[in-house]
Amino acid sequence: MNVLLDYLPEFRAGFLGTLAITAASAVIALVLGVLIAGFRVSPIPPLRAFGTAWVTLLRNTPLTLLFLIAFFVVPKILFQGASPFVLGMLALGLYTSSFVCEAIRSGISTVPVGQAEAARSIGLSFTQTLRLIVLPQATRTVLPPLSSIFIALTKNSAVAGAFSVTELFGYAKLLSDKGYAIAVIFLWVALAYLLITFAISGVFRLLERRMGVAR
Amino acid sequence: MSGASVLYDVPGPKAKVRNRIYSVLGALAVLALIGFIVLRLSANGDFDPARWDIFNYAGVRNSIRDGVLATLQVFAIAAVLSLAVGVLLAVARLSDHRPVRWLATGFIELFRSIPLLITIYAIWVLLLNNRTELGLSDNQPQFWALVIGLTVYNGSVQAEVLRAGILSVPKGQREAAYALGMRKTQVMTTVLIPQAVRAMLPTIISQLVVTLKDTSLGYIITYEELLYSTRLLAGNTTVGGENPYVQVIIVTGAIYIAMCLALSALANWIERRGRRAKTGIGVVEAGDVGNAGALTAAVAAEAAADTTADTAN
Repeated sequence: MNVLLDYLPEFRAGFLGTLAITAASAVIALVLGVLIAGFRVSPIPPLRAFGTAWVTLLRNTPLTLLFLIAFFVVPKILFQGASPFVLGMLALGLYTSSFVCEAIRSGISTVPVGQAEAARSIGLSFTQTLRLIVLPQATRTVLPPLSSIFIALTKNSAVAGAFSVTELFGYAKLLSDKGYAIAVIFLWVALAYLLITFAISGVFRLLERRMGVAR
Repeated sequence: MSGASVLYDVPGPKAKVRNRIYSVLGALAVLALIGFIVLRLSANGDFDPARWDIFNYAGVRNSIRDGVLATLQVFAIAAVLSLAVGVLLAVARLSDHRPVRWLATGFIELFRSIPLLITIYAIWVLLLNNRTELGLSDNQPQFWALVIGLTVYNGSVQAEVLRAGILSVPKGQREAAYALGMRKTQVMTTVLIPQAVRAMLPTIISQLVVTLKDTSLGYIITYEELLYSTRLLAGNTTVGGENPYVQVIIVTGAIYIAMCLALSALANWIERRGRRAKTGIGVVEAGDVGNAGALTAAVAAEAAADTTADTAN
């Protein structure tokens, strides 16, 4: 109990750090995921191949290795002297984008074929079909897996703490190094993560209810 | 192409020309991206043959081999233990005794909701503090922290997968088994679990891929698995005054991707084989757990949606 009260500022900073990096990489993952999913169903072979390669590579790489790439290789290519937060955000965002892409792609395939056929028959182009007809309808089926992916992202953000990004795991480590009982810290940190994951699933349940349409 | 072709018409002469132009542009853009990365890296001298020469030394090769072996060792033990724990937890969660059910549910939900890294770290600190009492030496605390952490987390996930599988077995199977006079244990072990495992095998293997990937968390608690030993190697070697991080990371990444792809390929093969078979209940799609079309039970679909998340871990 005392650990929490004595180090409330640290816990707060860690909590906010976890929230910040989760939110930032969620945005990256969402934007890239939709884009790459579009690539993967497009009529243009090189883009399809790029999308497939992207998903295969990122899904089969351990997140820790991606963090190493972000911290040792990326600064040599771009972003010299970027903060650990930006690099960590990049690694988490790219990693999660492959899962978002797959969720959206399977969502696209659940939209009834007639919808896309009707869109084509009134003369919409591929981008218009996808943007105006298919993706909005796919959103509903994509929401539940998306919420699970974001919960996984929240948990994965702990790895960023090991790479000197300010967040909950980093502070748990710090306090444990100071000699506080790990079991107590563990419970408080677990509670903080539960708070975030419950919030995410709550938001998504709300979204599902608002967007839910009887088919 | 079957899914994609719905989204656009069969291209006519004009569209064909347009698509070809876009193809060229797209290919150029992808090539430009790769070219840019290669250029920047070679400007840093990362494609200098001298830096790649390190892989010709026996010492470097040995430490990579030791790393791979350490990773596989942790993976093998954690995989077996997590499957055993998974079966136990799944059965416990479906138990008729309320306290057992509650305990199993609490365990599963707790360890699934906490980041695996934090679990592993907490176990590591606990083991380090009690290392003399437990008789652990050298790197054994790291090893066991990694194995136990992976076991409790993946065991919880496997339990949920198995539970979904058990619930997806048609009710008639259980009723018929009871009608034959089988006991509860017999029904579970000889009728329900075999069918559940068969239906869920692709998902179980996908989760094993996750277990394999997560062994890399040993890097953070300084266990000498593949990632840690290669990182150490790159840190200790200098070629022309610089550490060969890029080269070592590329090689390590290739090894990891090869190992994971091999396991994923196994899952896909089993899934395809299972779909060919006409008997028994359907086999779920590998990797894409959210689309468990073969499973009819609503609970199974819900649990499967949950596991998508964990596969994303």
